[in-house]
Amino acid sequence: MRPFAYARATDLASAIAAAGTDGTSLLAGGTELVNWIKEGIARPTRVVDINGLSELDYVELDSTELRIGALARMSTVAEHPDVRREFPALSVALEKSASQQIRNMASMGGNLLQRTRCPYFRAEVELPCNKRVPGSGCAARGGEDRSLAVLGGSEQCIATHPSDAAVALAIFDAVVRVHGPSGPREVPIGELYVLPGATPHVETVLEPGDVIVEIALPRSGLAAHSHYLKIRERASYEFALVSAAVSVESGGGIVRGARIALGGVAPKPWRLTSAEADLVGVALDDEAAMHGALARDFEAARPGRQNGFKIELAKRTAIRALQIAGGVA
Amino acid sequence: METEWTRREALETSVVPTGATVESGANAAAESAGDEPIESTVRLSINGEDYTLTLDHRATLLDALRERAGLTGTKKGCDRGECGACTVHIDGRRALACLTFAVAVQGREVTTIEGLASGALHPVQAAFIEHDAFQCGYCTSGQIMSAVACIAEGHARSEAEVAEYMSGNLCRCAAYPQIRAAVLAAAGEAGR
Amino acid sequence: MSIGTAVDRLDGTEKVTGRARYTADVPMKDVVYAVMVCSTRAHARIARIDVAAARAAPGVVHVFTHLNTPAFGEVSGQPLGQDLLPLQGDLVLYEGQPVALVVARTLESAVAAARRVNVVYREQPFDTDFSTGLDRGETRPIFFWEPDSHVGDAEAAWQDADVRVRETYRTADRHHCPMEPSATLAVWKGGTLTLFDAVQGVADARAVIAKALRLDPSQVRVKNDFVGGGFGCKGWVWPHQLLAAMASRELGRPVKLVLTRAQTFTSHGYQPATIQTLAISATREGRLTGIRHDSVLAGSYVGNHVEGTGIGTRSLYACPSISTTHRLVRVHRGDPTPMRAPLEGVGLVAAEIAMDELAYELRMDPLALRLANYAEVDPSDGKPFSSKKLRECYERGARRFGWSRRTLEPRSMRDGRDLVGYGMATAIFAAFRQPARARVSIDAEGVVLVETSTQEIGTGVRTVLPQLAADVLGVPVERVRLAWGDTDLPPAPMTAGSVSTGSAGSAVHDGAMKLKRKLEQAGARGPADYAEIVRKSNMERVTAEGEFDPPVESSRALFSFGAVFAEVRVDERIPIPRVSRIVGVYSAGRIINPKTARSQMIGGLTWGIGQALLEHSVMDHRLGRFLSKNLAGYLVPVNADVGQIDVSFIDEPDPDVNPLGARGIGELGAIGVGAAIANAVFHATGVRVRELPIRPEMLM
Repeated sequence: MRPFAYARATDLASAIAAAGTDGTSLLAGGTELVNWIKEGIARPTRVVDINGLSELDYVELDSTELRIGALARMSTVAEHPDVRREFPALSVALEKSASQQIRNMASMGGNLLQRTRCPYFRAEVELPCNKRVPGSGCAARGGEDRSLAVLGGSEQCIATHPSDAAVALAIFDAVVRVHGPSGPREVPIGELYVLPGATPHVETVLEPGDVIVEIALPRSGLAAHSHYLKIRERASYEFALVSAAVSVESGGGIVRGARIALGGVAPKPWRLTSAEADLVGVALDDEAAMHGALARDFEAARPGRQNGFKIELAKRTAIRALQIAGGVA
Repeated sequence: METEWTRREALETSVVPTGATVESGANAAAESAGDEPIESTVRLSINGEDYTLTLDHRATLLDALRERAGLTGTKKGCDRGECGACTVHIDGRRALACLTFAVAVQGREVTTIEGLASGALHPVQAAFIEHDAFQCGYCTSGQIMSAVACIAEGHARSEAEVAEYMSGNLCRCAAYPQIRAAVLAAAGEAGR
Repeated sequence: MSIGTAVDRLDGTEKVTGRARYTADVPMKDVVYAVMVCSTRAHARIARIDVAAARAAPGVVHVFTHLNTPAFGEVSGQPLGQDLLPLQGDLVLYEGQPVALVVARTLESAVAAARRVNVVYREQPFDTDFSTGLDRGETRPIFFWEPDSHVGDAEAAWQDADVRVRETYRTADRHHCPMEPSATLAVWKGGTLTLFDAVQGVADARAVIAKALRLDPSQVRVKNDFVGGGFGCKGWVWPHQLLAAMASRELGRPVKLVLTRAQTFTSHGYQPATIQTLAISATREGRLTGIRHDSVLAGSYVGNHVEGTGIGTRSLYACPSISTTHRLVRVHRGDPTPMRAPLEGVGLVAAEIAMDELAYELRMDPLALRLANYAEVDPSDGKPFSSKKLRECYERGARRFGWSRRTLEPRSMRDGRDLVGYGMATAIFAAFRQPARARVSIDAEGVVLVETSTQEIGTGVRTVLPQLAADVLGVPVERVRLAWGDTDLPPAPMTAGSVSTGSAGSAVHDGAMKLKRKLEQAGARGPADYAEIVRKSNMERVTAEGEFDPPVESSRALFSFGAVFAEVRVDERIPIPRVSRIVGVYSAGRIINPKTARSQMIGGLTWGIGQALLEHSVMDHRLGRFLSKNLAGYLVPVNADVGQIDVSFIDEPDPDVNPLGARGIGELGAIGVGAAIANAVFHATGVRVRELPIRPEMLM
């Protein structure tokens, strides 16, 4: 760890100013940043602690949307009755994340901004990793890629995004409200993350100086019939092998409308927009037909050396999640 | 050997052929610039007592507790937030001391295993002994701090819930069923 | 009567209050912090190592490399973990090998300075994948066993067999991952070295370190109060310990070295991957006629550990022809080391899955197959077992588990979307015995003191040894103190291989018996008189020296046994196996403390869940390194992984093993369970997985 100056932001404006300064990292929950600093992945010369900005710690519901302040802690949001009632997939996704200790510390904004996950990226020494050291290569491609992306990756990077909450937010068409040097703006969750392409070290559309202040979820009847299904080998305290956030509206067991996003398969939460269309009219308990309705979205899937099984596993997970949300499982 | 070379060639961008020299630690030059520790004198409130410490900003709360405040009850298992051994309470909520910079807890209340009870054992501590909820004892401070919070959070209503909400504390001796029994027993006593 | 009583752990209050002291907790004035710099290459020469920048870093006291580290004395073989001593030359033979030691005034500055060490490697060809070296296996001894054994003629039996099963099984590289990373605090003062060291054997550590530093053992003292788990990785003596000791002497001040979690993956061994082929032949009625168990084990170029996977098979079932072989394939890694459970713990994975396959070949209940081949004598040498209650274990285990509900066909049991499987396996573990000494004394207050150098790593010896003394002397266990974990005390064996209760315990028992006789000869009619006898003696205490010197040979076969039954649930579409319940019944001689013993077995069974379903230390063979040296990538079981576990013992003293009749249990719980779970997965899914850990893609 290189030495860093430490300061506390007293208001949002100073936090934004700090965020735009070279060599400065904002500190919220610390559950990401402290590790990256220890590993030398992040090397700030100044850390600005924004935990004092209590005005960013809230969960509010009004007639059109649920608003979550960026500094609301994951555990608070998970248990919030409005979240549980209106956006259950988000509540479940949060409850399945990490451990309660980490959920108590971690902020919602920080959760969205987690670095993507790959054992080569987070090794205790620098391994060839284009995300960690641009241009150094990708040791995961053709290597130990069992946990890595089958969708959305590139020659340069096949890391996956670790956030469970982001996958849930994806089906709710959540909007991330950002304040930056040029003022406030809104970024739909589906546009927040940038695929690795040729520049894997660029993970979001955020610019230096941008600070997430709020996450907003538009209310809808569909959202209340949502579920998050996280598949992992250990019963708890592990990243997803694959996961699915879904919401479904059905009548007589037939899908009328659905939203599906996958986690653990791509560098960002992966909306299955084709499946959402193709599932309309399919019976929830018709496994084969459900499976067929997912086919188009997986045409772009690219299995690596070891992770090809994720394609089938992701499909089955999505189907099961829809069945649970639709009340037939 | 044929296979070796084939494998090596497959990893074009990242493996250096035999015989070549490879530098490691090549960031040495970059590291040298500005390496003097940056410190602050902070007043930390730990177990209701004030500790005035001059700390390197890089010091985690865990290292400050153990190396500077003389409170070695909190243990370092991984220093990466992956094992839960360093669980303490910050403002009454369970948190990981290894993922917290010490300077960041100024103005907040830290409770460690040493501060859980004075004199008689806390009911959770007593329950751990009764149910043999530890073996080597290294994860035990973290388990107990986690358990106390788990009960206070209202997450000890069933064995399955305890199992899930205590899964952030690894135990390699694997006293897990006994830990669950201890937490449930203490929760029962606490009338939750 | 203290033996057989569920006494609460006597170190309980210390542990639950955070007062229990582990090595890194020991306060020491003027201490400096040592951090290792480790090789990033699996096979290389250090062409150049630049430490100037590190030396110049703030707070740095010294930087050791192979260029300025004094030569160690000659020491090799166990209890040294590996023969390559640290910082003695420019040859690197495994990724993770220490190439420098940075010593600084604070931990942060040592860590920061370590990053400044610049190493230039001249790479050499390397291979970390032992499966590519099957043609160059070496034959080497396994502790005191011959690597190859032949009883009867297994080849001929195979040729003549009615029914045959021949399959190859694979187990993964695994790591111990104790919660406490290894730590050494070396204090060189006035010509003597005191080491606070997280070790399973203080006497073994002293012996090695004394030799390495060319000291007389009397100049070295090794101590620990509590060790945060060892499971084998803190048994032998490893480079980081030698470095800490050397540095303290060179610098003339206390040196504290605590491994990072990442370093624990390369610094003190691991359980090597294995490839095991079982060929079993039987009659149509299910009587075994021949077993061949051929194993290939991963090894290293820096030591000679051979994982004796076939050892248990030699004594497991009644069979006239049993052959086992072991071949070691060296690769560029650190040396493996015993890990809970070694030997049978790894070998029975293969043997007991193979037996399950044979049962299916025969259309026979797997338990019935075990019973049909029950060994009344050790098939390897014909010796009768000292005491073997395995039949009772099978019977009680099957009953408590509900084995009779099992329908033979795979995929025949369901619960909603879950396929349900019942699997079972036998457990066997050779009972080891080691010489031990203990001093037992009593003072004028009637407080008993037991002194022996044993180590408390979580097994509960801290409680069991006082129980033994209390039992003999007839005093409450609260009136018995224990001094332990110190080479100044009478020597006890390493806490490993389930020896402590039997060996150190027998010495304690002997000492207590001798003390009792002394007191009786002095006129005591019962425990109530002891204090007065001491007072009248005009001595501070009355003392007796206890001994245990087991014979090297025994006329009996000394083994512990178990029967393990596992229920597994596998969702038919999303096949992540979950172990819902386990029943284990064990025959380990006498059980001294049923509370701590139960916990030991639960621990071992959980290790089996990890072995069967989770634990796999992935190696990237192109880079020559363990990839995920952390607890997020290496999956040890969490609380929610462990369902209902029902453990019990057939608690009967073994008349031959030692005066206590106790054979020890620490390893036994982790044996057999991996196969029981794998067999249950087969029963649930119909998919026979012959490679652990079982992963969902294998079931899809």
